[in-house]
This record gives sequence, C-alpha cells and structure tokens, in this order.
Amino acid sequence: MTETPRRPLRPLARILRARDKGENPDLIERENLAERHNAMRDRSRRRAEGRILVVGLFFVAAFCTVGVRMSALSTSDPVEPRYSQGGAGITSARADIVDRNGRLLATNVVTQALYAHPNEMVDIPYAAAELGKIFPDIDADALATRLASGRKFVWIRRTLSPEQIQAVHDIGDPGLLFADRDLRLYPNGTLAAHILGGARYGREGVGAAELLGVAGIEKAFDDRLLDPAQHHEPLQLSIDLTVQSTMREVLDGGMRLLGAKGASGVLMDVNTGEIISMVSLPDFDPNHRPQPLVKGDQADSPLFNRAVQGVYELGSVFKIFAVAQAMEEGIVTPTTMVDTQGPMVKGRHKIRDFRNYGPRLSATDVIVKSSNIGTAHLALKIGGQAQREFLGSLGFLDPTPVELIEAPNAKPLLPRNWGEIQSMTISYGHGLSTSPVHLAAGYASLLNGGTKVEPTLLRQSGRTLGPRVVSEQTSKASRDMLRAVVTRGTASFGEVAGYAVGGKTGTADKPKPTGGYYKDRVLATFAGVFPAHDPRYVFVITMDEGHEIVNGKEMRTAGWTAVPVTAELIRRVAPLLGMRPDVESDLQSGLREARNGH
Amino acid sequence: MRVMIGMVLGAMVLGLAFWAYQENYRTRQAQSDVRQIQREIGFLQEQMTVLRAEWAYLNRPERLRALSALNFEKLGLLPMTPEHFGRLDQVAYPPQKPILSAAVPSDADFPAATPEVQP
Repeated sequence: MTETPRRPLRPLARILRARDKGENPDLIERENLAERHNAMRDRSRRRAEGRILVVGLFFVAAFCTVGVRMSALSTSDPVEPRYSQGGAGITSARADIVDRNGRLLATNVVTQALYAHPNEMVDIPYAAAELGKIFPDIDADALATRLASGRKFVWIRRTLSPEQIQAVHDIGDPGLLFADRDLRLYPNGTLAAHILGGARYGREGVGAAELLGVAGIEKAFDDRLLDPAQHHEPLQLSIDLTVQSTMREVLDGGMRLLGAKGASGVLMDVNTGEIISMVSLPDFDPNHRPQPLVKGDQADSPLFNRAVQGVYELGSVFKIFAVAQAMEEGIVTPTTMVDTQGPMVKGRHKIRDFRNYGPRLSATDVIVKSSNIGTAHLALKIGGQAQREFLGSLGFLDPTPVELIEAPNAKPLLPRNWGEIQSMTISYGHGLSTSPVHLAAGYASLLNGGTKVEPTLLRQSGRTLGPRVVSEQTSKASRDMLRAVVTRGTASFGEVAGYAVGGKTGTADKPKPTGGYYKDRVLATFAGVFPAHDPRYVFVITMDEGHEIVNGKEMRTAGWTAVPVTAELIRRVAPLLGMRPDVESDLQSGLREARNGH
Repeated sequence: MRVMIGMVLGAMVLGLAFWAYQENYRTRQAQSDVRQIQREIGFLQEQMTVLRAEWAYLNRPERLRALSALNFEKLGLLPMTPEHFGRLDQVAYPPQKPILSAAVPSDADFPAATPEVQP
C-alpha cells in the first residue's frame, strides 16, 4: 500500500499569502490539521465497518447452523429404542392406558403374524394340513388352494400365541415366515370395555402393523396414543379399577335378580367431574370386539354404551332441577306449599300423579313424594325460557364433553317447540332425553355447592371451580330434599348407614319406536349424592326393564329396582373410596351447619 | 533448520493421521455399542411390557375375586363393607408394662453389658 505523500500543515505559499493579507496563518494550519484528521477518521471507519461486517457474517453463519440443527431436530421423529425395527413409515407403538392409581387397562404385547411365500414352500398340501390342525378355524383345503394359486405372498394369521409359533416352527417349512406384530391387550377383559373401546390394525407390513383405536377412548385419543413423543407416558384415566370392578359385579347381580335387560351406572366426583366408574351392561370383551348388529336396535348391542350413548327420558330424577330453580329464583322455599290437586288439565293434556297426594304439598314433599303436578305448577311459574336456560347452564342441551368418540354424537333430544306443555313435562323428566352422564354432571353441578362441573374421564390434578349455577343455599336445600327422599320418601331402600345417601328416583315409561309409551316397560333410575351433608360423589344408576315380585305383585318403580341395587353398590364402593361410615355427623349436620352460619 | 521444521511437521502429520484413524474406529465401535445397547433396551422394554401385562392379567379383579372365594376357608376374605371400619381403641395391643409401677428396676430390664474388646 502506497502512502499518499503527507501534505504539509503549513504550506509556505499560502502562509506567505496570508501574512501579506494580515490574516492569522495558524488558521491555515488548523484547517489542514482538521482535513488530515477527517481523512484518518474516514479510513479507520471503513476499516471498522469491514471488521463489523466480517464478525456479523460469522454470527449469521453461526446462528444459521444452530437454526438448521434445531429445525432438523424438531422435525425428526423421536425414536424409542426398540428390539425390532418397524417397516418403512409404520410404527406400531401405542401408549398404555392406566387407571387413576396406575393400574394397567390397556397395553401392547409383542406377538407374531404368520405369512407364507408359497414359491419357497416345500410341501404345500402337508403344510396346509398341519396348519389346519394348529388353527381349528382355518380350512386346510381352502388354504392349500390359496397357497397353490401361484401367488408370491399370502397372509395366514394376524396373531399367534407362543405355543402356536412353536407348532408352526415344528412344521419346518422354509416358506412359512413370521412378521412382528404388536397386539393391543386389555388384561382386565370386559372391565371398562365401553370406556376403552378397542383397537384394530391399520396399515400392515411385514415388519410392523399400525394399531388404531376403533371406539371409546382409544379412538378419541388416537393421536395422543400414537404420538411417539408421548409413547412412554401412559394415558391416565379417572377410572378406579377396583371401584369399576365392584360396580360391574353389583350391577350384574342386580340385573340378574331383577330380570333387567340392561343396566348402567355412573359414579362421579362431585367437585372435579372425574368419572370414577362407568359401567354399561351388557358389555363385551375388547380383546375380541364383537361385530355391530346387522339388524335390530343398535341400543341392544353389547357395544352400546348406555351411560354415554343412550339418551333416555329419565323421568322424575329431573324434578329436583325444577324445584331448585324455583328456589333459586325465590319462587318457593323448601316449606312453601305447592298446589298438587290432580288431575291437572292443560289443553288436551292431563297430568296425573302416581297416587293422589291431596290438594297441597310443601316443596320438599313434592320431591319426597315425587309429584308431577307439583313440579308442573312450578315449571309454569318459572316459564319455559328460564327453564331452558337453567337446564342449558347445567349442560343438558349439548352433548357431554366426555372424552369418548361416541360422546359428541349423543345429543340430547329436545322438544321441537318448547311450549308450556313441554315445559311442564320436562319439569318431571319427560320430553327431554339425555344420557345418564348428562344427569350425573347435572346433579354434580347442582349439589356440589352450585358450581358447574364438566364430566371427564381423565384424571384431574386438582379442583377447578366452574361458573356458578345456583347459590350455595339452593344447593344445600336441594341436598336436604334428596336426603329426605331417602329417609322418608320413595327411595327408602337406599339408606346406607353412615353414608347419608340422598337421591331421587325416576321411573320413566319407555317410548315405543312407533310413538306413544309402553305400559309395562320402564327405565328405572336412581340418581343422587353421598354423603348429603358433605357431598363427595354423585351416582346415576339405571335399570332397563327390571322388576321385582313383592307379595305376588310385580313392582317396576325405581324404588324397588334401582334403589336397592344402588344401596348395595354404595355399601360396597364407599369403603373402597376410603370413606368411613359417619353416623354422628349425619345426625348433627343440621346443628353444625347452623353454627357455621350457612 | 528448514529440514528440522519439515521433519517435525511430517511427524505431526503422521501422528495426527494415526490418531484420526484410531478415533474413526473408536467412533464406529461406540456407534455399534450404542446400537447393541439400544437393541438390548428395546428387548428389555418389550419383556417388561409382557411382564406388566401378565401381572395385570393375573391381578385382574375378576380373578382375585374367584381366588379369594376359592380360598375362603384359609383366608376368610370378604368384600370390604362399612362394618369393617373400626376405631383405634378397638385394636387389641399387646399388654404393656406400667411405666411407673416397678420402683426398683430388675436386672431383666437391662441387657447384660458386654465388655468392650480392645483390639
């Protein structure tokens, strides 16, 4: 680099000229000095800018490298170490499902599938005959013709047991080959079958086969269960396996004793909305999921989940909502007398009670005696619009948010026109069809102190307070009414010493598919809460077409069918839930509540 | 001097080449070890899921109920009901010696002191 010759700071010519003019020659020196400094500054700035550019480029390159690496990591599939590598793009991994205490409900076990390369087989007729002996359901002749048809590849069986694998090895034909398979296993058999649903194979390859859910929570959480990143984390449900098993046993026994066609039960945590147990009978084994019915009513299929999919007119269990709303709006107090003079005539319709209860009953006794006329009068005072809004706030007008694939399709059946008559019939549970889970969530919301509860099948870590539906006083008064139903009303068989059961019976005539109602087929429901003074759990038990012979007379009402079964259920289940029978506080609850100023 | 530098550089290149060669093989060895270990992990995990499934199958409530019914004579197990809850004072504790009654401690109250053995 050639240095430009330094310009003198005091060029003689200019100085002399300046001196002649009498100017200060120092100014010239300063001017030149400033010029030189400017030039130096420009030069060093250029150099610095160049350096910054280089450093900047370096950083850009470094960040680009980091970014590329990060995006590569985030787009690549996480891989768990596996013994057998699956085929291209097919992953057979599926996360386990466990109950609230971590007990296994569904898992994968490795098994083998059997296929054949007929062109490599030595003795096709012999192998086919031997396979026919190992698998009784395989027709040996048909298999032989299939193998001899000149195809290069034949699937023979999807899953084999270890004994069968050994037996196939013993045939010793080199053309019989095994493929790795994962098998979805439900070790508890029929227990929680409707919740779990079942699984089937999706895409199949020689290396692996995809496992997809077909129903229930398996299908609803297909993405979550198939996600390789969450594969090692089991899906934890709110179900308690022990309670579920006990509930199934009790309901099954009750169903047999009462000659019922079906039964369902929901047990829900009153504060969190966690479904502790949900049973629908008849049920099935998800390991061998039966085919859907080809004819007849799907509701009779064992696959049908009565608790979630079944929407029924549940009858008198709805009365508590009418009375609670009337209390909430200040129309009545528990002791207000309500007109129950029957029959009540409204247009073409006549509303009757099961028995004539006289001209007036207190609001509590309307519930205790289950008076249709009483609640119909209250519904008229409340008005259809307000009733609709109230039932909507309890979740009765929309499908439940339960995490089952069937839930969104179980829409409540509402009357097309919500008129006065409809409003009256809905007040005692006719004309509005909902599922038992709807009812359980509604009872939980009403009775837990009055905040909305969303039913869920996933274990919750804590309580989240929903929006307020009714005041705490209304909630408490409703609980006291339900308690009175058990102590001196239609559900007297529901008393379990120490657990202060409170509940409401409902006996609804079943609608005929052709219109109208059956005279001798009923759906008996018992819904309620225990303990009534300190609510912990709500239950909804239904018995489909059950009856009990008492003194030679056939009894179909819920008080004789669903209620005794529920009492046995609570007697068995409450200790499993860690609840001590509490005889004293039930008696003293009135005193204690008064002292606390509630 | 230049020859010396050349020889030193040459020796360094040789050394580095030798080192890189070894590193290459060690890396491959490590990779194959990792593969082996991952296969082992996968195999053990599979065995574990089978064992867990078997455990769950053998402990399914249905089977336990049948077993407890079968062995009722020996075990006497019943379903848990509210009557099974008790109070703490219903539990029979082994009789205890009163704390203050014996004024003079007897020899039996103290374990015989063993003389310490000096090494």
